[in-house]
Amino acid sequence: MAIWLDSDSRIIVQGMTGSEGRKHTKRMLASGATVVGGVTPGKGGQTASFSGIELPVFGSVAEAVETTGANTSVAFVPPRFTASAVDEAIAADLDLVVCITEGVPVADTARFVNKAVDAGVRLIGPNCPGVISPGKSNAGIIPAGITGPGPIGLVSKSGTLTYQMMFELRDIGFSTAIGIGGDPIVGTTHIDALAAFEADEQTEVIVLIGEIGGDAEERAAAYIAEHISKPVVAYVAGFTAPEGRTMGHAGAIISGSSGTAQAKKEALEAVGVTMGRTPSETAALMREILHG
Amino acid sequence: MVDLFEYQARDLFEAYDVAVPRGIVAQTPEDAEQAASALGTPVTVVKAQVKTGGRGKAGGVKVVRSPQEAKRAAKAILGMDIKGHTVRRVMVAEGIDIAEEYYFSLLVDRAERRWLAMCSTHGGMDIETLAVEHPEALARVAVDPRIGIDADKAAEIVAAAGFDEADQARVAEMLVKLGTVFVAEDATLVEVNPLVKTGSGEILAADGKVSLDDNADFRHPGHAALKDISATDPLELAAAERDLNYVRLDGNVGIIGNGAGLVMSTLDVVAYAGADLPGQPKAANFLDIGGGASAQVMADGLGIVLSDPQVRSVFVNVFGGITACDQVANGIRRALEVLGDKAVHPIVVRLDGNAVEEGRAILAEYAHPRVRLAKTMDEGARQAAELAAAAADEQTGDVSEEA
Repeated sequence: MAIWLDSDSRIIVQGMTGSEGRKHTKRMLASGATVVGGVTPGKGGQTASFSGIELPVFGSVAEAVETTGANTSVAFVPPRFTASAVDEAIAADLDLVVCITEGVPVADTARFVNKAVDAGVRLIGPNCPGVISPGKSNAGIIPAGITGPGPIGLVSKSGTLTYQMMFELRDIGFSTAIGIGGDPIVGTTHIDALAAFEADEQTEVIVLIGEIGGDAEERAAAYIAEHISKPVVAYVAGFTAPEGRTMGHAGAIISGSSGTAQAKKEALEAVGVTMGRTPSETAALMREILHG
Repeated sequence: MVDLFEYQARDLFEAYDVAVPRGIVAQTPEDAEQAASALGTPVTVVKAQVKTGGRGKAGGVKVVRSPQEAKRAAKAILGMDIKGHTVRRVMVAEGIDIAEEYYFSLLVDRAERRWLAMCSTHGGMDIETLAVEHPEALARVAVDPRIGIDADKAAEIVAAAGFDEADQARVAEMLVKLGTVFVAEDATLVEVNPLVKTGSGEILAADGKVSLDDNADFRHPGHAALKDISATDPLELAAAERDLNYVRLDGNVGIIGNGAGLVMSTLDVVAYAGADLPGQPKAANFLDIGGGASAQVMADGLGIVLSDPQVRSVFVNVFGGITACDQVANGIRRALEVLGDKAVHPIVVRLDGNAVEEGRAILAEYAHPRVRLAKTMDEGARQAAELAAAAADEQTGDVSEEA
């Protein structure tokens, strides 16, 4: 098993003919993901070639879904077109929509996230690296070569910390790793991923990575206390970040006394989550749990 | 996020037909005098324009009764330091006959993934105090981002806040307009405090606070002019011109990494490593070169970090996902070639992931005396902290020799 993304997943890439879309479609194909086509409005009927693999380009998501039977979309669409691209994917009733784009206006995100929730579509992102189920499929930009399948489920606000943690634990392997994104509003929360990992047979342990800003980690802590029986190891970045400054991610900002790493750590520790001070220490704690 | 000054918020409100007191911004006492005579009201208020609260208590707001008094007040206020913010502008505003003060704000509710309207008939105090002292009087109403504040929502908010029935319609009308400002300008916060009822029953937005979402700049060409460049750190400006995600901090270890989370983590790990060292070295900056950075981006980043006079050592921490380590290595090389003899500080480089062998090989072959490779993030952080501590120590030695 794995969550949300499996060897059966049939992926279309929105913005496949753009430079980012092209680059990452190639990488997804190389990692064994089943990419069945792309969508670029106005370019329907063309094909795009990826190291000998010809993929059809459709003018709309609906058309792509009808022709290819796709159930997953990954969007590499510039911010000004992201809202309409995601709206289209939600309307096509896909199982999973992954929005990689960074720099989407928060009002646009607020609107399409609410649409996805109402439509029951699993939306990941925006401003995220996507999701990978090693050995099965890969929807987004997480490098597939770091590690293989295994018992660890990972959910993170940060892309590179996801890679770093997969690298630290590469000999053990992962069921699914999800980067939920660093924007103030995102389609999938830590809680959504925790719930899915709890229900997933392959996942034995969970790594949760957070960072300053908002209260998603505190909410995750409350959820863990009530609903999660599997061991959770967590890491939070930004203990030394200053108040009132946006640290790269649009959502990574301490406002007054809220959103601090310390508050998140305390909330997670209070419900029995093991916290690492650094990524390497977090990995070591995970090893202790797995090897007893 | 771009926070506006009060006078900018006032002008923005006015453009959306929100009733506001007349006000003119001034940068000199003479301009303030002129503004007061142009307003021509018996009473005017000279208000410091700073992006922080508590300016009234700090003496940054003065009520005056003549243009000459306005000039004197502006002279006293301009240049004042309010919680670390230097006052560079004042707004001269007409005095208003305040009968009642209310509170209203509309903001992005991250946790609920909606917007949140907050409204109270107890205005004039800051929202934190209000929430503590009169929690029962602060109405919180969820707003659907797909709809915004329409007439029905506005009626719901004013009813929840407990306005007198006689005032509800006029306040609701104001809230619809403020909701329009929020949507049309891509704001993440619109706050009016106080929202005023005048003696004649008029509703006025007497003091506004607005934050704009800079991710939406592409559809608001006018927003660029609202950014206050004068208050921005020169290195941060230089970085922004090169599209680099840079935040200047107060330590002495320059930090460069890829990905916001990894860079934040690097700041922490360096601070932990430095905690037991003399002078407790810590990060001089946050710099995220982003995913898939080219050699040029890396070179620009290193150039910015090394031009910070506080920096004593640099830690480059890259886990190549999309970013290729050979590009990073070439960028380091390019920056050092440009700097030549001016590159005096040690640079610790940790590379892993995409094209790591190529990246390490490039640096090994280059063999620059200032560059050293670290095997892990922890090792690199420790080395960079130790080098910064040693350099700071050496510098202290120089000073005592001179004395």
